[in-house]
Amino acid sequence: MSAVTLDTGPTVARLSARSGVRTARTVALKVVTAVLVLIAAASVTFFAQLLIPGDRATTILNLKTGRAQTYSPSELAPVKAKFGFDHPVLVQYLHYVGGLFKGNLGTSYTQYRPVTQVIGSEIVPSLVLTLLALVVAWVLALTVTLLTVKRGRVATALGSGWESLTASLPPYWIGVVLLVVFSVELRIFPVIGGDGVSGTVLPVLTLAIPLAGFLGQVTRDEFEKVLDQPFITTARTRGMGDTAVRLRHALRHSVIPAITLSGWALGALLSGAVIAENIFGRPGIGQVLVTAVNTRDVPTVSGIVLVVAAVYVVANLLVDLTYRLVDPRLGARS
Amino acid sequence: MTVLNARTTASTRANTPATTDTGHQAGDALLTVENLRVSFGPAEVVKGISFTAHAGRCLAIVGESGSGKSVTARTLVGLTGPGSRVQADRITLDPGSPGEGDLTALGERAWRGVRGKEIGFVLQDALVSLDQLRRVGDEVGEPLRLHGWGDRSARTERVVELLESVGVPEPEMRARQRPYELSGGLRQRALIASAIALDPRLLIADEPTTALDVTVQAQVLDLLAASKARGTSIILISHDLSVVARLADDVAVMRHGEIVEYGPTRQVLRRPQHEYTQALLDAVPSEHTRGTRLVRGDAPAAPRKRRPVDRGRPLLDARNLTKVYRGPDGVDRTVVQDVSFELFGGETLGIVGESGSGKTTAAKIALALLAPEGGEVLLRGAAWSTLTQRQRRPLRSRVGVVYQDPLSSFDPRWSVGRILGDALSRGPKPPSSKAETRDRVFRLLEQVGLGAEHLDAGPLRLSGGQRQRVAIARALAPEPELIVCDEPVSALDVSVQAQVLDLLTDLQDDLGVSYLFISHDLGVIHHMSDRVLVMKDGKVVERGTADEIFTRPQHAYTQRLLTALPRLEQAS
Repeated sequence: MSAVTLDTGPTVARLSARSGVRTARTVALKVVTAVLVLIAAASVTFFAQLLIPGDRATTILNLKTGRAQTYSPSELAPVKAKFGFDHPVLVQYLHYVGGLFKGNLGTSYTQYRPVTQVIGSEIVPSLVLTLLALVVAWVLALTVTLLTVKRGRVATALGSGWESLTASLPPYWIGVVLLVVFSVELRIFPVIGGDGVSGTVLPVLTLAIPLAGFLGQVTRDEFEKVLDQPFITTARTRGMGDTAVRLRHALRHSVIPAITLSGWALGALLSGAVIAENIFGRPGIGQVLVTAVNTRDVPTVSGIVLVVAAVYVVANLLVDLTYRLVDPRLGARS
Repeated sequence: MTVLNARTTASTRANTPATTDTGHQAGDALLTVENLRVSFGPAEVVKGISFTAHAGRCLAIVGESGSGKSVTARTLVGLTGPGSRVQADRITLDPGSPGEGDLTALGERAWRGVRGKEIGFVLQDALVSLDQLRRVGDEVGEPLRLHGWGDRSARTERVVELLESVGVPEPEMRARQRPYELSGGLRQRALIASAIALDPRLLIADEPTTALDVTVQAQVLDLLAASKARGTSIILISHDLSVVARLADDVAVMRHGEIVEYGPTRQVLRRPQHEYTQALLDAVPSEHTRGTRLVRGDAPAAPRKRRPVDRGRPLLDARNLTKVYRGPDGVDRTVVQDVSFELFGGETLGIVGESGSGKTTAAKIALALLAPEGGEVLLRGAAWSTLTQRQRRPLRSRVGVVYQDPLSSFDPRWSVGRILGDALSRGPKPPSSKAETRDRVFRLLEQVGLGAEHLDAGPLRLSGGQRQRVAIARALAPEPELIVCDEPVSALDVSVQAQVLDLLTDLQDDLGVSYLFISHDLGVIHHMSDRVLVMKDGKVVERGTADEIFTRPQHAYTQRLLTALPRLEQAS
């Protein structure tokens, strides 16, 4: 080989150092933004509760006594002092937001316990349910996609038909059908699940199946496009078989839309978990939320709203980071 | 699914090349193809072609888009594509390959043993032909891994050797990078390194240099020539006759799925027997075609009847243009630096340069679509680039533009009639009635060689050449004095390119319009331009008349470009 001209340009070391600094800066920026989003969400819930008609101390006493009446200022004073209603609104607000940084979400109007305790015991089963549902949905979606995309007309029709069908099924319907089939008729799983392993299977499937349909649909479109790309042909000309081409080359290029969707899905699953929890009698944040809304326990509702918001924010942070892992070009461009 | 049927009864139309007159007699055939037919549904795209490839020699299959050349190439590795039907009397890879060398009898599993090992394949444009998300080293080493060559550490070493052998500097580092971090030339080399990793006896290169700048193209062609010299047989698929002239020993000219001419390169390119080969050769713009039409027909080449260039006040006067962009890393890059030029009435000024030379940015500034950081552009001696949008609007119709890809500059839902009607209404003399619009649209279509039948067609239904004609008609609608042509023929086949270039010169002869003609193709620039600017890294490195630039280049870069330029006369 004769001497050839060198392509000049910055060296990799310099490039990667620069891109490392850039990535760190971007991540830091995203974390700061996330915190601001959470403070904004807290502010909205705080001021929203002030808009609810009626005196808060009166509401609390009525909840406790189960009556609807008015109270004298001396009766109201200890309640106002306990919940801090005797301070100006701005002080209450700053106290509330400041408390958030210390992990204090306020006190429940009904249970007279810190909201963190009320939510804390229930959030774990909900998060477990949500995360498992997301994982199962991914596994289902990718399996169907890998097996059916461009694998002949019949397989393609079956795969996309399955996705359209499952994506259009409402979780409550799936939940009831699963319950009737597997718990009542076949008696494979318990009717009242609890949060044990066997009680978790059906709720997870209830949430995972429709989500798998959505994820599969967006992945399928992408997968079809990728399989027509020249680099796929290149891989085949090296002697690579079809399954290997799909797993090693096409898959990574096709998951970005589904990752985007997952950020939204994680938040939606958490707030949608209430249906699955109700059907299968499973403990979780959904039950707490329903009770709190019914009893107008505003601090508890606000606390759950904040937790869901936090899950959304964290999910989207994770989505951003996953993008960079899957496709390093996305980090280099932004 | 691909169906490979060996038909043993059909007659053979073997069309083997005659003994070469160079005395370079080929040895035994490595790959023999007899009466290959490929169809997709009812459409037969390859209609019974036969050819042979020899060790240490290069066979070029040339043709325009739709000729069936790429389908032929893919069929040779058993990847014709879904819905295809392949028949051949014989496709053999000799001697001693899987399946006794009979490729028509191979199943999918056996094909996998041949691909990458016996036959290497290089596609065009490594930006899309390499997996962008994987490291270059993994891509290059993939054939090694697939065919069980060595262990991991041996393969890593081999990848570095391979990258080094194809002239990739700092191979260890490049192997850890991803393809998008490499320049176009390095990517293409990595792609070739991957194809030759297992030292296959046959290398098929499908348009291996099409997306590359001329100097990089020359390097890649040298690389393929070195591989040939080591005894590899190369089948080169190309639309570019001058690339073929540089590398190939034998040429097969394909048209509509048939080989119309087949023989030693020198004979085919110097003394073509078939009229289609002759037309293809005539259509290549170069110094020899200046001042004549490219599409000859039966008549001998008639010189152009040019209007004299008005050397008075320049039509377009660009003074010391500078344009700076801030990159994503916050570093400023000067993409156009102190560029000045004048363009006179009725003249064609060519701007030639490789990718990243700033030629398109200079054109955008000339069009006043981009404001320069320094310098200014005058139109007929009056302010142009310094005007506000509002002030410039009445003058806009004096400058038209034709882009490389007209499709993306049309609303795909508009008909040709509407596109041209809209352009007319934006001109200085908008038509006053529907009847007048119709008449003038007809006249425009006629000027660009289209007819009333194209009036209602949408851009998607037109061929590439027809689209470019509509784009030219749209540019002509407001009767401009100047048309900026930014790579107007780069996406077209050579015969269509010839027609469009002829159209542009005819219009100049008829209307006296000036062209600012941007191209990376030195032949096109030489054919079209009166004067030429050579740009590199945002600067004008040389300027002069076309003949001065192309026959007596002064600057080292221009000289390098011209040396790198493959020419038809190189056929050996």
